[in-house]
Amino acid sequence: MAQPAGVLAPAPGRKKWEWPWWVSPVGTVSALGLFSIYSVWETLTHSSGQYHNYLSPFFSPDVRSIGIQFLPAIWVVWAPLLFRATCYYYRKAYYRSFFADPLTCARPERPGRSYTGETRLPFVLNNLHRFFFYVTVVVMAFLWYDAVRAFIFPSGFGIGVGSLLMLLNVILLSIYTFSCHAFRHLVGGSLDCFSCARGPILRYSLWKTVSKWNQDHATWAWLSMFSVWGTDLYIRLLISGVLHDVRLF
Amino acid sequence: MTDGMIERLRYDVVILGAGGAGLRAAIEAARPGVKVAVLSKSLLGKAHTVMAEGGMAVSFGNLDPQDCWQTHFYDTMRGGKFLNHYRMAEIFAKEAPDRVVELEQWGAVFDRTPEGRISQRAFGAHSFRRLAHVGDRTGLELIRTLQYKGIHSGMDIYQEVTATHLFQDGAGRPTGVFAYHRQSGTFCVFEAKAVVIATGGWGRMYKVTSNSWESTGEGAALAMRAGAEMKDMEMVQFHPTGMVWPPGARGLLVTEGVRGEGGILLNSEGERFMLRYDPEKKDLSSRDVVARSIYKEVQAGRGSPHGGAFLDITHRGADFIKRKLPNMYDQYLSLADIDITKQPFEVAPTIHYTMGGISVDPETGATSLEGLFAAGESACGLHGANRLGGNSLTDLLVFGRRVGIGACDYAASRQEWTAPSASQVAEAEAAALAPLDRAEGENPYQLHKDLQELMGEHAAIARNRELAEAGLAKLEALKLRSKRLASPGSRMYNPGWHAVFEVEAMVLLAEAILQGALWREESRGAHWRLDFPDADDQGFGQANSICRLDGDEVKLSTRPVPQMPAELAALFSSGQLPVRQGTDQGGHS
Amino acid sequence: MAEMRTLHVFRGDQSGGEEVAYEVPVESGMVVLDAVHQIQATQAPDLAVRWNCKAARCGSCSAEVNGHPRLMCKTRLDAIEGEIHVRPMKAFPVIRDLVTDVSWNYEKAKQIEPFAPKEPAPFTMYQRDVERSQQFRKCIECFLCQDVCHVLREHSAKEQYFGPRFMIKIAELEMHPMDGADRVPFTSHQAGVGMCNITKCCQEVCPEHIHLTDDAIIPLKERVADREWDPIRALFRKPAVR
Repeated sequence: MAQPAGVLAPAPGRKKWEWPWWVSPVGTVSALGLFSIYSVWETLTHSSGQYHNYLSPFFSPDVRSIGIQFLPAIWVVWAPLLFRATCYYYRKAYYRSFFADPLTCARPERPGRSYTGETRLPFVLNNLHRFFFYVTVVVMAFLWYDAVRAFIFPSGFGIGVGSLLMLLNVILLSIYTFSCHAFRHLVGGSLDCFSCARGPILRYSLWKTVSKWNQDHATWAWLSMFSVWGTDLYIRLLISGVLHDVRLF
Repeated sequence: MTDGMIERLRYDVVILGAGGAGLRAAIEAARPGVKVAVLSKSLLGKAHTVMAEGGMAVSFGNLDPQDCWQTHFYDTMRGGKFLNHYRMAEIFAKEAPDRVVELEQWGAVFDRTPEGRISQRAFGAHSFRRLAHVGDRTGLELIRTLQYKGIHSGMDIYQEVTATHLFQDGAGRPTGVFAYHRQSGTFCVFEAKAVVIATGGWGRMYKVTSNSWESTGEGAALAMRAGAEMKDMEMVQFHPTGMVWPPGARGLLVTEGVRGEGGILLNSEGERFMLRYDPEKKDLSSRDVVARSIYKEVQAGRGSPHGGAFLDITHRGADFIKRKLPNMYDQYLSLADIDITKQPFEVAPTIHYTMGGISVDPETGATSLEGLFAAGESACGLHGANRLGGNSLTDLLVFGRRVGIGACDYAASRQEWTAPSASQVAEAEAAALAPLDRAEGENPYQLHKDLQELMGEHAAIARNRELAEAGLAKLEALKLRSKRLASPGSRMYNPGWHAVFEVEAMVLLAEAILQGALWREESRGAHWRLDFPDADDQGFGQANSICRLDGDEVKLSTRPVPQMPAELAALFSSGQLPVRQGTDQGGHS
Repeated sequence: MAEMRTLHVFRGDQSGGEEVAYEVPVESGMVVLDAVHQIQATQAPDLAVRWNCKAARCGSCSAEVNGHPRLMCKTRLDAIEGEIHVRPMKAFPVIRDLVTDVSWNYEKAKQIEPFAPKEPAPFTMYQRDVERSQQFRKCIECFLCQDVCHVLREHSAKEQYFGPRFMIKIAELEMHPMDGADRVPFTSHQAGVGMCNITKCCQEVCPEHIHLTDDAIIPLKERVADREWDPIRALFRKPAVR
């Protein structure tokens, strides 16, 4: 019988290629910075995000339906933005990239600066993350409603590039939202003993599922941010007439 | 009180060693009003105990309700080829369940059964699934639990402090130890009424060993120099499965848990050879049998490329392996680039445990020297000629506790303090400083290496008269060299200096091992004589070897193995495995 | 002729020191600790280094290899390209060469309230309930997480924060199904969980792959938020069982 394969000699050490250390902070600063600037521009300079049956996530829920005409986005975007600003992943990203606390692991910072972590204002307010989660869940309901509406054209059911974008966006946003550490705590993380709780199997499996999604929370954070950005930009370009929506069905 | 600059501290009980036995003893001894010091050669929680993987044997019967202390006792005596002290094995098997439950009470978190009790796994030569475990890091669980219990139990723990000398009064009773702080190199005298040796084994006198740096036997050597009796020193266990490749990882332990969880051994022809050597227990035969079988396969030309056998657990699936044997998976992947979930891997016997050691009283752990106690791997008696996997961790708990009580009671019975005299301290200090002052001398690392080569050649898995005699002759030269060890540099954290004390201890203990190996003209358990391949149950099998230091010479004598009382002996005469009777479902936990 | 590699090893003590270059013959699969031993045995017998098991079980041989906090016994030479620099952990005062004074950790360990069982063992506990504690109990106390934690490393905030190692220690006890003590106020105040800004370096260096930040520190922060930032939950909370 042949010898089992691969036991003769180990392969030479796995040399992992690494990005230079500055790539991550520069990338984060650029992406978050540009998105913030874009958000401000989108929120303060537009009075509608509606294009036929498409509604931009910046403008959902549409507060104009209850008579508010002044900068309709601003009444909405604070919730998801603060949800993201207090998100455990984004906190890591901006502490590292914007505040260099630390810029990257085990590299000298500028010692001697005062550092108080999350014990003083403003960062101590990050403890309010869960409340922004609650509000965001409400917003999510509207976004799902919008996503469904994006498939209902005046002529009936249809699929456009915009409908697919909106659907993808709301899926990514949902995964991001429900993979949140605060939600993980809420569904089961706060328990010391799952078996001692009411509905032990349900609590445990919920917690386990959220934990699994939570492992890639950073990925969902970035993907959903870009999907919001992309969806809004697409609809903005439709409104301004630069693009025409392509109907696939 | 100081002698010049040397600090003196006074404790009722001084415990050398902060592994499982030392910490368990200290927790027991640290009663209100009793001052206990634990001296640890390394940082707290780093002792060799952390390397235990598979589990701790205890007859809860959580999975196999027929299991009971009698079965555990039976397996332990049979595994030890009846060289064990029956009374130690009896106490051990009876008290093990309470000790393990106690560990849970102190915060240990064992793997669970579906019913929420402590899970137990199968292990070599245990009749039932018996090992309480936490994945493959049970030793870590044990030491961490005792460590965090200990720091809240009112003992003083001295980290990175090594004892080099045991002080005695006129009657030979210990009065304290001379020690140095590794970090600063400063000396300290610990005055004591009772001294406990819990310093582990001496596997590092072999090159291919699963033992950590610490297993150099200084504690046992201290006891031996003080005149304590050593027993069954020839009994050194080869664990059948250690890593073989790459060279840097040679000897590293591969837990018996791999076989416990279903792994099988194959030779280079793909044959499951254990079916030939032990058709009944197969791959889970006792360690001496499996180690010898691998050795014989290699001798017969059916070994793996690097002189071992293949161990295969791929059939259990990747998820199972990663959950049950995470450290093994990681160890092979990171050190050998081998994914054990996908392919078999090479293993070969490695020095693992010293069954022999300081002869102790089963009830209290008292040695032959009044006031000196020992427990754990440094003590001898429980395991006989071969230790069963999983019996070691439980040994630490059962006899750690007993020695704690024994030492504490003894200290309480001694009203008077006898402090080591100034001249005794000065002598110990001079001896400790000598290697630093020697301009020209032997390199301790080199001598250690030479000793390892000697032991690997002359006191290894296969022995005979010529090898043992030649080994003893060669050792004479090493003994001479060990008196001229030199270590340049300062006293501050100087590993070369530390190595001197370790090598001196190992050279001393090596002589006892070789003498025992020469004397025992039979094959029994771990001791395999090519010139006497059979067991001699009526002759050598009835005797324990006893070694004592006489001047500069190790003197060997013998003593009959203690005879079991009738009710215990009856367990073996019926020809049947003793099991729990009736419908009692058993299960302590 | 064996291949030779050069190791630049820090030699010195509190008063200072410098890296000294040593040539070492390379064996297959050699790790940094093997190389350091080789230097000790043949070139510098007094080279100070802590090690015990050489199997990544004890967590003694922590050091910084090319600036990365690592266990020397788990860092293969063939995984490092170019020069090899070995230095002691930066977050702790050096004693000599690669040995640092980590006693601060043992002081902190003592300040955490020990396991307080609600009932006498044996316990009925299910695997799903002990998984979290078991993960944290994998800790080998190598203190690499403490070393890499910028709160301790750069800001020397050892008075304000216990560091990641003891966050998982607290989490292990808090999430133990049979523990009856309440360490949440302690976590928030004395242990200073708020000092952590969850930048996850500890999680990156852990040789036991423990998810320190995601599974221990953030859940602890959430437990603190339950008490101190969530009036709604505080209203419905049952009094602590003791």
